[in-house]
Amino acid sequence: MKLLSYFRGETFARGIHPPHHKETAALPIRRLPFAPRLIVPLSQHVGRPAKPLVRVGQEVVRGEPIAAADGFISIPHHAPASGVVEAIELHPTANGPWTVSIVIRVHAGSTQEVLWRQPRELDGLDADRLVAAVQETGIVGLGGGIFPTHAKLKVPKEFPVDTLVVNGCECEPYLTSDHRIMVEQTDELIRGIGIARQLLGGARAIIGVEDNKLDAYEAIRSRLPEGGPVTVEAVPTKYPQGAGEMLIKTLVGREVPPDSRSYQVGAYVQNVATLANMGRLMPRGEGFIERVITVVGSAVAKPGNYLVPLGTPLRFLLDCVGAKDEALEVVFGGPMMGQAIASLDAPVTKGVSGILVFRGRDLAPRAARRTYPCIKCGECIESCPMGLNPSTLGMLAVKREYGRMADDYRLGACFECGCCTYVCPASIPLVQHFRVAKAVLKGRKAA
Amino acid sequence: MSSATKIEIRSGPHIKGPRSVEQIMANVVWSLLPICGFFVYQYGISAAASLLVVTGACLLTERYFVRQGGQAGDLSDWSATITGLLLALTLPPGFPLWMGAVSGIAAIALGKAIFGGIGFNVFNPALVGRAFVQAAFPAAIATYTPSFLPGRFTEFIPSTLAWPLMAPADSAAWLQAMKLDALTSATPLARWKFEGTLTSTWDLATSLAGHMAVGPSPVLILVCGAYLAARRFMDWRIPVAVLGSAAFCALLLYALYGTRYPDPFFMLFSGGLILGAVYMATDMATSPVTPRGMWLYGALIGMLTVVIRYYSGLPEGVMYAILIGNAATPLIERITQPEAFGTAVKKKERGR
Repeated sequence: MKLLSYFRGETFARGIHPPHHKETAALPIRRLPFAPRLIVPLSQHVGRPAKPLVRVGQEVVRGEPIAAADGFISIPHHAPASGVVEAIELHPTANGPWTVSIVIRVHAGSTQEVLWRQPRELDGLDADRLVAAVQETGIVGLGGGIFPTHAKLKVPKEFPVDTLVVNGCECEPYLTSDHRIMVEQTDELIRGIGIARQLLGGARAIIGVEDNKLDAYEAIRSRLPEGGPVTVEAVPTKYPQGAGEMLIKTLVGREVPPDSRSYQVGAYVQNVATLANMGRLMPRGEGFIERVITVVGSAVAKPGNYLVPLGTPLRFLLDCVGAKDEALEVVFGGPMMGQAIASLDAPVTKGVSGILVFRGRDLAPRAARRTYPCIKCGECIESCPMGLNPSTLGMLAVKREYGRMADDYRLGACFECGCCTYVCPASIPLVQHFRVAKAVLKGRKAA
Repeated sequence: MSSATKIEIRSGPHIKGPRSVEQIMANVVWSLLPICGFFVYQYGISAAASLLVVTGACLLTERYFVRQGGQAGDLSDWSATITGLLLALTLPPGFPLWMGAVSGIAAIALGKAIFGGIGFNVFNPALVGRAFVQAAFPAAIATYTPSFLPGRFTEFIPSTLAWPLMAPADSAAWLQAMKLDALTSATPLARWKFEGTLTSTWDLATSLAGHMAVGPSPVLILVCGAYLAARRFMDWRIPVAVLGSAAFCALLLYALYGTRYPDPFFMLFSGGLILGAVYMATDMATSPVTPRGMWLYGALIGMLTVVIRYYSGLPEGVMYAILIGNAATPLIERITQPEAFGTAVKKKERGR
């Protein structure tokens, strides 16, 4: 295995090679029309929900703050369109629970220009001011992490970060939004990297792009000065290359120990979409109100990379892309780590990088596969990027020995990439077992 | 978008790799077919009848227990077929068919169903079946008939057709009547152990020489195993470890006391070592799941085989070596858990 790595290039151990399905990679970003009503949940991020700044009946202009951050681990939200606040009420979300959301009735005749901005000079701002400026954009980790970006950028002083790892891997099959951003918004990306480097005390930056999107690699490389502090590298296409720990291992050669943060090994990972949005929004002083989303899948007539106003109801979006069938499976995110959504009334939120829409009948053969007991073939162990033993973990989960899973078999290190479940010939829902186990353990800890 | 659209919710990942249990097991069966064909070529209709009866007994027993116990799996997962074919390949040709049926029933009932069916068995079912008849019918299982007898495709070896619960007919007189030269009914291992004669490595490896008491060609088994390993339906580590360890131990003893022990090639190609290493020790459910554990497990089996062959009253030791390896599997797994990411902090950083 070690020998092979010399041919393939140094990268993390194990992982899987699912079919890429990057059919939308060459389709330029297109703007999706505005839905008649946009729904902005107050909680679209990790941390406390935002506090509404508007009242029912109030007119809002596009880009105006409509909810303010509640503390440091929280973010503001901005009006994704000009219109009237119709209601502030409970509304279904992708995860299932209803949460308080601001419903905006969009003005049909409006030109929908961004009418609210506070441009500012970023050069020479100190770290705290810069972090505050990031927070004002209301941006979160757009790769799906949804952790407030400004809070992640505030690295404790005792851990000097020497490398900013820019994640342009987009290792999930089907998704191409990051790919298009790297190709079409290269300047914004490089500006965003500059801002992040300024915050991290001038750390060098390495942009990792999987070698199945060399046009993105070329686009970035052609704009970077030779020998500068920012470099771009093509990394082997392998899932989950885009997981922070894996990309640090590939690009910097360091392993983040269990229960540690990446800054403890001097590295800091940020996704290209997040940085490109920072680079676009911060100099103009605008809020984060729309994002690029790949919409693809067997039920989608017009797949593509769409610039979608945040708050667009899923039902409207699916109508726009021509998705219809008697039964659908709709996934927010990629096919490996994404989540099947429970309601078509759920809105698009800040963390949605892709929307996969499959016809029910396409999934029937997979759903019909029989689940066997573990035959101990070892495929899961050969695929786990974290070096865990999903086979034994799965058997313990069936016996509900959750404590042993955490204590003896490092359940906590699992980040639910899904490799083990993808390869399992016995079709055991390993990741689902692990999610349940973690939830039970969390509940026990709280009790 | 009509409001009648149903939403299906499943837990992720939402795509699935192509592997399935049925596919793995079916490929093992395909890879066994050439070996079974060669076995029939060697021993004629007696071997064919043995393969059919033993496999049939395994399948019927599996069917009965799956129905009764509501266990996962059924005949469509091919695992009972593998057990049956492997078991038949380990039995001597001319083994009475009714005893073969008993071994098939014992293999599935005592080797598999009793533990809860597919995936839960502790010992390799085929070897449990063989161990059962070795204890029950020690004379019959030690009676070998030479290969490539004339008329093997038209005439059964007399002992094959013994009535149930009756002692098999004596094949010795039947063989005498054939008046063949260079006839031997003892296995190469028994001849080495009890008579001190060695069989040539080439004959052992190919099994093509006439009138030897040997199983299917080890070379053919290695080729079929290589197919499985190349398509990753079998872990290559285990056979490599078993054969490497057996060869190493044999070489060591050969180098130290050359006159008393045969050379490592004899060790590798005689008896059931190749079949055991490639098809028995690699049984997924009964071998360690951890990569480092596989090496340890294979090394243990190889070493035990040499020890049993050289230092016990038995000429052959592969079966017991693998069963002991199976028993040690949980222990081996415990001490060979994989190394979690980030626990081996290496000071090495890529220079840039």
